[in-house]
Amino acid sequence: MERLNQDSLKTIDEIVERHRNEPGPVIVMLHDVQDSLGYVPFEAMEKIAEATGTSVAEVYGVVCFYAQFTTSPKGKHVINICLGTACYVKGAQALIDQTMALTGTQINSTSEDGIFSLDATRCLGACGLAPVCVIDGKVFGNCTKETVTAEINRIKAAEKLA
Amino acid sequence: MTAVHLRINNVNVTAESGMTVLEAARNAGINIPTLCYLKDVNRSGNCRVCLVEVKNGRTLLSACTTPVSEGMEVFTNSERALRGRKNTVSLIMSNHNKNCLSCKRNQNCELQKLAEDLGIRDNKFEGEHTEPQYDDFSYGIVRDTSKCVLCERCVETCRKVQGLGILGLENRGFKTIVAPVYNKSFMDVNCMQCGQCVINCPVGALTEKENISEVVKALNDPNKTVIVQTAPAVRASLGEEFGNPIGTRVTGKMVAALRRCGFDRVYDTNFGADLTIMEEGNELLDRVQNGGVLPMFTSCSPGWIRYIEYEYPELLPHLSTSKSPHMMFGAIVKSYWAKKTGIDPKDIFVVSIMPCIAKKSEIMRPENKTAEYVDVDAVLTTRELGRLIKMYGIEFNELPDEEFDQDLLGDYTGAAVIFGATGGVMEAALRTVKQQLDGKKLEKVDFEACRGMAGVKEAEVDLNGTKIWIAIASSMTCAKPLLEEVKAGKSKYTFIEIMGCPGGCVNGGGQSIVSSRIKNGPLGYGYKDLRMKALYDEDEACTLRVSSDNPQIQKLYSDFLEKPGSEIAEELLHTSYSPKEKYHIFD
Repeated sequence: MERLNQDSLKTIDEIVERHRNEPGPVIVMLHDVQDSLGYVPFEAMEKIAEATGTSVAEVYGVVCFYAQFTTSPKGKHVINICLGTACYVKGAQALIDQTMALTGTQINSTSEDGIFSLDATRCLGACGLAPVCVIDGKVFGNCTKETVTAEINRIKAAEKLA
Repeated sequence: MTAVHLRINNVNVTAESGMTVLEAARNAGINIPTLCYLKDVNRSGNCRVCLVEVKNGRTLLSACTTPVSEGMEVFTNSERALRGRKNTVSLIMSNHNKNCLSCKRNQNCELQKLAEDLGIRDNKFEGEHTEPQYDDFSYGIVRDTSKCVLCERCVETCRKVQGLGILGLENRGFKTIVAPVYNKSFMDVNCMQCGQCVINCPVGALTEKENISEVVKALNDPNKTVIVQTAPAVRASLGEEFGNPIGTRVTGKMVAALRRCGFDRVYDTNFGADLTIMEEGNELLDRVQNGGVLPMFTSCSPGWIRYIEYEYPELLPHLSTSKSPHMMFGAIVKSYWAKKTGIDPKDIFVVSIMPCIAKKSEIMRPENKTAEYVDVDAVLTTRELGRLIKMYGIEFNELPDEEFDQDLLGDYTGAAVIFGATGGVMEAALRTVKQQLDGKKLEKVDFEACRGMAGVKEAEVDLNGTKIWIAIASSMTCAKPLLEEVKAGKSKYTFIEIMGCPGGCVNGGGQSIVSSRIKNGPLGYGYKDLRMKALYDEDEACTLRVSSDNPQIQKLYSDFLEKPGSEIAEELLHTSYSPKEKYHIFD
């Protein structure tokens, strides 16, 4: 794996500096790094460990405990499909199958071109809207195969893929 | 502190507020079995073995995390508590590989002992197992998660004792394992290989890498002259492998056993320790008199060397360039001794018996090679020596006491013996340096300020009118503040002894394993003092107690090395260091 570029390192430094003196800083820093860079690179774990007086093994323990954090870069567009009980009963599996077919990703991974990531999430707490999917942060309730197809095609068009 | 009154097993007990039920019970002489609990190190409450019943309690509670309260009634052995405890241990067993017969910790395993004590007679919950991880890639430590009970004693030991935190819990739920970051090998991270995690592991999940078969092979090779040397701390612990009380000094029996194993010469690393003092003492004087880099750090502990190379590379010029005693001994065997005895160095196989796991990586350092020969060919820990002796069917406790071989490299002084305890190297160095500077025989050789099990010690010493400050630290958590001072340029010390393991070599990662029953019991960590005492007793019994008075050392210099720090001494007895990258994550 190649080393991180200067911009990303700078972003990490800024995040670490911002939260350094907060209570429970590790998880706050990790969230910001995940949001800014789309994943938590090893360099971020090193810097967070140093700033918070923990070890990289401990920080990595947090990273791999929570499903929100990833250690490899996410795709440009992230599709989360809820696999909580309600969503599953209401047909979330079909949404996942459709997404995999259209984007070429597998569950919890990223397409080869780096455009799409597909995550099967735990309950998002919106069971009344089941099945739920979140595409690039926008929540789609009562989601159907058609909704997913339309959104993916819209993204593909914007990315000039189709 | 207010007194709290409670009843444990129908006995009135008075405890202090803030105490846990476990502590209150232990103080009252009531033993509650534990597994993850390790006094001063780990109180995670996650193994649930110490379950007790509290009157009117809804559930059973873990004694190690439940505070005492006024009027509390605790039952440690009620039918319900026993059933809960048995179920807990059965559940731990269900995800444990149970290959006890082929485990290094067989008969010395805390889980095995619990199962035995609780009379568990079946595999009640046998089912799925967590996917195991096995790492034997590093020189010293083997990790086998199929035996891990997730007690976190190793995690906390590394974090609290060495401040490194090499190990952590990874993944979650049933997939949880203990591992270095990214589930990498110990080889790929900044592990100092001290082995404190190994001696605190209750089971066989973390163990030393065995080199016994290499030694057996060499012993059976007719072309090899196999020479063994034993470190001072080994004699204070080896007896425990054969059921002797902690602190039993078994020097004579150890020598007898090694002879019966077929080693051609049985020497004491103490000769190397005396030699180290000559070189290191000379180096210190040279630095003091000629404006060299001060303070100077000792360099005997290979765990500490690994630590400084990873964590404080900017301080490497402070490190003495002297090799550690057993490396010096190996280098001398393959040069001076080989020449005197007419044996080709390539036919010599040097085995070091060490209280240490990091020594296994030390002998692999390319910097520690003289000409085309490695200084030392194999390192066995105290525990491995115990196994070798058992493998050879030797009844250790019935052996007569024998003497080390005395030819050429046999003499040693009391100063060398105390190398095995924290402060010993400092005291040994001060004896020689002071005697040399005073120009007359030292009247009082004891430097009491160097002794004892405190993590950090300091003293002001008068060397022929010049007063210098010295400091001694064992374990990296204790050493760190001293290192930070040096880094900031504010250190008042001239000479600092640093040992990787808390208490020094007597408590090294290769020593006999002291179970948590003892560490959590009345003796506590006092076992280190018992082993230390064995060494100071031997020091006191020695006629010669200053390294430079060792006649064979004097002869070695007059016949071969010329003087400390000479060109040939530099080549054979000194080494070099370089900064090391902490992580090899992407290779």
